[in-house]
This record gives sequence, C-alpha cells and structure tokens, in this order.
Amino acid sequence: MSFAPINKIIDFSTVDGPGCRTSIFVQACNIHCLYCHNPETQKLCFNCGKCVDFCPAGALSFGEGHKVVWDEEKCERCDTCINVCPSKASPKVKALSAEEVMGRIEKNLPFVRGITVSGGECSLYPDFLEELFMLAKKQGLTTLLDSNGMVDFESLSDLMNVVDGVMLDIKSWDSDVYQRLTGFDNVIVKKNLSYLSRIDKIEELRIVYVPGYVDAERCLEGIKETIGEKVESTRLKLITFRHNGVRSPLSNHPSPSPEEMSALKDYALKLDFKNIVIR
Amino acid sequence: MTDAEKTYIKRNTVNEQTIYDALTSTKRTYEQKVLDLAHCAENQLNVIPLDERTIYYFSTGAINDLFEGHAPYRPRYVMVDFERFMKQGSKFLRINPPKTFDEAIFALMSLYHHIPSITNFPVYLGNLDYLLDPFIGELSDEEVKTKTRLFLNFLDRTIDDSFCHANIGPKETRMGRLLLETEAELDNVVPNLTIKYNSQETSDEFMKLAIMTSLKCSNPALCNDDVNKDYYEGGYGVSSCYNILPIRGGAYTLTRVTLTRLADETSDVESFINDVLPECLSCVAKYENERIKFFVEKSGFLESSFLVKEGLIDKDRFVPMFGVTGLAECVNSLLKDKGLQYGRDSEADDLGNRIMDKIQEVVSSFHAEYTPLTNYHFMLHAQVGLDSDKGITSGVRIPVGDEPESFADHLRHSARYHKYFPAGVGDIFPIASNVTQNPDALLDVAKGAFSAGVHYMSFYSADTDLVRITGYLVKRSEMAKYFEGQAVVQQTTALGAENYKTNKLQNRKVRME
Repeated sequence: MSFAPINKIIDFSTVDGPGCRTSIFVQACNIHCLYCHNPETQKLCFNCGKCVDFCPAGALSFGEGHKVVWDEEKCERCDTCINVCPSKASPKVKALSAEEVMGRIEKNLPFVRGITVSGGECSLYPDFLEELFMLAKKQGLTTLLDSNGMVDFESLSDLMNVVDGVMLDIKSWDSDVYQRLTGFDNVIVKKNLSYLSRIDKIEELRIVYVPGYVDAERCLEGIKETIGEKVESTRLKLITFRHNGVRSPLSNHPSPSPEEMSALKDYALKLDFKNIVIR
Repeated sequence: MTDAEKTYIKRNTVNEQTIYDALTSTKRTYEQKVLDLAHCAENQLNVIPLDERTIYYFSTGAINDLFEGHAPYRPRYVMVDFERFMKQGSKFLRINPPKTFDEAIFALMSLYHHIPSITNFPVYLGNLDYLLDPFIGELSDEEVKTKTRLFLNFLDRTIDDSFCHANIGPKETRMGRLLLETEAELDNVVPNLTIKYNSQETSDEFMKLAIMTSLKCSNPALCNDDVNKDYYEGGYGVSSCYNILPIRGGAYTLTRVTLTRLADETSDVESFINDVLPECLSCVAKYENERIKFFVEKSGFLESSFLVKEGLIDKDRFVPMFGVTGLAECVNSLLKDKGLQYGRDSEADDLGNRIMDKIQEVVSSFHAEYTPLTNYHFMLHAQVGLDSDKGITSGVRIPVGDEPESFADHLRHSARYHKYFPAGVGDIFPIASNVTQNPDALLDVAKGAFSAGVHYMSFYSADTDLVRITGYLVKRSEMAKYFEGQAVVQQTTALGAENYKTNKLQNRKVRME
C-alpha cells in the first residue's frame, strides 16, 4: 500500500483537464518557481511548531512523537499557519493511501469523468500514482497528471501504462532562464516532452508568461523543434502570470497585458499551434 | 368554528375596500389591476363546498390553493397541441395552416393570445424548435435569428408573467441551435426554456450549447426526458414552474399540502404519519375534486372554448396536480429533539422518505374526478412556493444555508426524492461563472445527475442579472426597482423580490467553484 502527503482534494474541478474531474493536490515539489502561487505546497512540514503557537483557532497541537497535528473540525481556514511557516510547508496535509483517496473520489461518481493529480509535484510519488490510477481505471475514470516534468517518465513505465495524459508545464526553454526561474536545470523536462509526444500522452502544454522572466517565444520554438507537426493537435495553454499568492521577488510584479498575451498567441499560431487557450 | 378559522374566512372575503385597494394601487400596472379586479369578482362567489376540517387546514396554512380563485372557470395550466395547430390552423381564429416562417410565427403569436391559464397568460408555448424548424427552408441563419429575436422579444414584452414556458429538444435541430443562440443574446425572463435531454437522442454538442446558454441567461433548464417521457401516453410538455403535463390537455387545478405547517399539529412522528397526514391529504383530494367538478360541470369552459372544439385540447387529457411542499422543515420539526437536519443527517433523510412513501401510498388510493388519462389518479407535484412563504422550502429541496458541502451529495439527495413526482419537481444550482471555460464539466455533472435519477434541474451563473427564484426568473435590476416602490412590467418581479429577500436566496451555495 502506498501513501502520499495530500494537501487538498477538489471534488468537482473545472480547470484541471477536460470535463468535470476530481483533482488531488500532493504536497512537496522538487523545484521552486518564482511565480509559484501556492508556495505552501513546496515542502514537507518538519514539525518546528511555529504554526502551533500562532493558530488563532487552537486547531494545531503537538501529538505523538512531537508531530504537528491538525484538527480539521476546529480549523477556521484563516491560513495563518501557512503565512507563518518558515519552510513553505503546511500543517494541513494528510498522508493518505491510494485506497483512501479513491474512497473520496468514488463519492463523486457518476458526476466526474476522471481524476487529475497535481501538486506540489505529483511525479514524486510514482507508486502511489500507479495504485491510485489502477483503482480509478477500474471505475472507468480517465487519469491525468499535472507535472513539471522533472522526473524521467520513461523510467516509470508501469505508471505510464495507467496514465492517460500529462499536462506538462514547460515553463521556459533556455536552461539559464529555467535555472533562474526554478533553481534547477531543464534537461529532463525536454526529454519528457519528447518521450510523451512519442507515446501520444501529452494532454496539454503550459507556459506561464512573465515578460522579462520567461523566454516564451523561444519556448514555443523549442516545443515545435521537439514535437514537430504534433504542435497542430497539441493543446497549448498560455497562462497569464498573476501575483496572487506569490512569495518571491515576483510578488509585486505586474501581469502581462491582454495584448501581450494575444501577441504570444499569434506567435504560436505562426508556428502552427492550432489549439491555444489563454488563461 | 375557532377564531383562526373565522379570521381565515374573513380574510378571504372580498369587500369594497379590497376592490378599492386593487383599483387604486400605485404598484400595479393597468393590466395587473384588471386581473386583480377579475379575481375580486370571482372570489365573491362561494361555489366550492368546504368541510370543517378543510377550513381548519386552510386556516393553519397546511392546505393552500395558491390563489387559484373561488370559482374555477379555466384550467390552471393549458398545454395546447401546437403541432396539430400548425397542421390544421384554426377556423375560429381564421388562421390557415402556415406555409412560411413568418406565417408560422404569426400563427403562434395569434394563438398564444387566446390561451387561458391561472395567470391569464399562456404557461406553455410548445416545443418551439420542432414547431418552427420545418419552416426555415432557405432562410439564412441571420434571417432566422432576426425573426426569432423579434418573436422572443414580443413574447417577453407582452406576456407579463414568467410562469410561461417553451420547450426544446430532445433532438438537435437547426432551429433549436438558432433559438438557443438568439436566447443567449437577449437576457429576457419570458419565456422560460426547458431542454428535454434524452441520453439516446440528444447530442453532447447540442447539450453543451444549451448549458453555455444557461450560464449566460439562466435558460434553458434541463429536463431528464428518459424518466419523464413515460408518465403520460401521448406526450408531455414542461410548463410554468416545472410542471410535467400531458400535451393536448394540462392541469385542472393544483392545491398543495404545506408539510411545514402540517408538522405543527404534532411532534410525534407516528401520529403525524398515521393520523394527521392522511386526514389532511384527504381534505386536499376532496377540495380538488370539488374544483374539478365545478370546472367540468358548471364553468362552461369545455363547451365554449374553440381550443376544445378544434381538438387543440381534450377534456380527457387534464389531470389534477397534488402539490407537496416544505418537506425539509417538516422533517426538521419532527426531529427537533434530536437536532437532526434534512439534507445533512441520514436519519432525517430516511424520515423524509418515509413521509413521501406515505404520501405516495395515500394519494394513489384517492379517486380523482374526470381524469381517465391517469386512470383517475392525482399526480404528485413538488410545489416550488409562493412569495408569502416564510421559512417554507420549495417542494423537497434542501433549505438555503443547509446545503451539503459536497455537490455530489446534494445531487444524490435530489435524486432520492425526485422519483415521487411525475407532475414535476426540480432543483436550482448557482454555478461558478468560470465554468463557461469548460462547459464539458457541467455536461458531465448534468449527465451524472440524470443517470443518478435527478428528474429536472436548472443552473444559473452566480454573477448574472437573471436569477431563478423558485422556478421562474427575475432580474436583480428589476427587483431593485420594485424595492424602490416603482411599478414593474412583470407580475413575477414582485413575487420574486419578496421571495428572494425572505428566503435569502442570495445565500444559495454556489457550486463548482
């Protein structure tokens, strides 16, 4: 039985893939994007207990083995814990098994067509995903990953057999740009782009556009060079950067204007992308 | 006779002051006043015999005849066979069968004017897509939409009452698509639209267009054709506030039992189910039968109406609707010692089912006069409410504020109680406006809901001007005018505004956020 730290489950999500889906957000990420709008999902809690002192509702306490325990009933969802956390973590995370998560998903049948695991970074928990997706498939649900592509999918062939598609966040193309944005190199992301295209499991490609920080045009060109004519059938989502929730030097950075987003879309059209969404 | 009963009788007696007040009102349009004065005249008659127990239940509010008037001289809801009308025209109205789109619209507009109902306006306008599609011919989309826009605006500006309904589907047609596209541009409250969804016949694309339209202008509502199509031989239509009724017929009358008030009679569950409930239900049945008898035997309607003579309605296709409302508060009141809540606790919901099972059993044992179509049975209907209802939740719905966290639980709860109501039941859900980016998501929910047993549902976007009250639509902007004391064209704005305020409808739980 495999477990994953679960930050949140949205029963009826309309923004995590086609149709109505249950979205599962795992905790912890392997990169740290400057524009991350939920940075509290990046790290696992190390039980320092700062949040216990600050919680105005008394919903946090130390339990067995000096671990921070969250009382869901008492919690008033004020997010003080997240704001005082010195480590970009959250005490409101529960380790759940694939069966437990599936139990929650089943309550949403027959109203959802599938599930999407997002994060944090979902690919940090391949065994959990494989078990969960096998259970989901038995119920006729489609299975999607929302991933930064920093773990080599080709090495996870058992998981890939039960994944219907990946929503891959390309972020940027030039490795220096990627490094500045996330703190890491993007060789694996490019390898995943090529691999997922080969096995026809790209559900969507994403670029969050922050003028001055993201080489969006180069990124579109790089995608075209990698997947060739498949750009025509691949859904491309161009996401407008918004500073809500961001805790980094970008926290007061302006959003690109609608005109800038539309110019980016025009560039994508020139490269033969056909299915483009601006959000 | 108790004081309450005397007060009830007195309140329902028309005197000179009532007439004077109706005539001199500054909040009513001229047309609305004429209607009010007609009600005053009708209500001076005393032709429906009432026994003491019935008067008692009227006085407590457990029985309510929804202002149907004291002497029924027209059916409550008329469901004209428009298909037949389009084929044969009307001798009485001197209208030939239409041959062109313009003639078809003219014919319908003329006929609508002559269809009576409890609201004095037609409550059912037909399956407009099927009726008009054969006449589109060579017209371009733009031409059809221009004509349709005028037609729909005519209906909106002349039918001063939102209890008016047109149907679409279940099959996709060109006219159906153009009707939805035109509707989306207009933001009208009349007519209400319902799309009949059939899992075998309705395409996903057509349904998505319908859903996108409903997020834009709160219309159409969605009817589960798979479960509703077999209640009446010869076809059904959806009229007014979610009434499922036979085409070429309609509803004689609708009186409701208000369970909220009936539960005041006793705090004992067993005595409520075994004694109080059956007695009150039998009073409703007797009262409705007296109304039907007066209408059929005395009113002269069936003898004089050209609709009957020309076969556009048939006296054997009318049914009595047996209304039920306020199940939620009834259950909560009977279980108040335990502090359990309808919609949240399984024991409360189980009691809800026990009460509905009993109602179904008792009502099906009654003989309904002049109702061969249903083998002389009354048809249960989840009545959606009145502006005067305070703390009475429509039909079998969950009260605003008590909705379960999970949308799935809410939909399953609806399905659990919809099955009792062949003559109509429905739920209303405000939906987060960002769903417009992913109409497939709402399509999934609708299909899931129907396969789970939901009979009828409607959506509106949480931030639209058009808001659903109990079934009909009202504009927030018009309600604001009403609250400032201005006269407003739609009769239902006044009803809706009061209901919106009293029942805190702005607090309905928004779904899919």
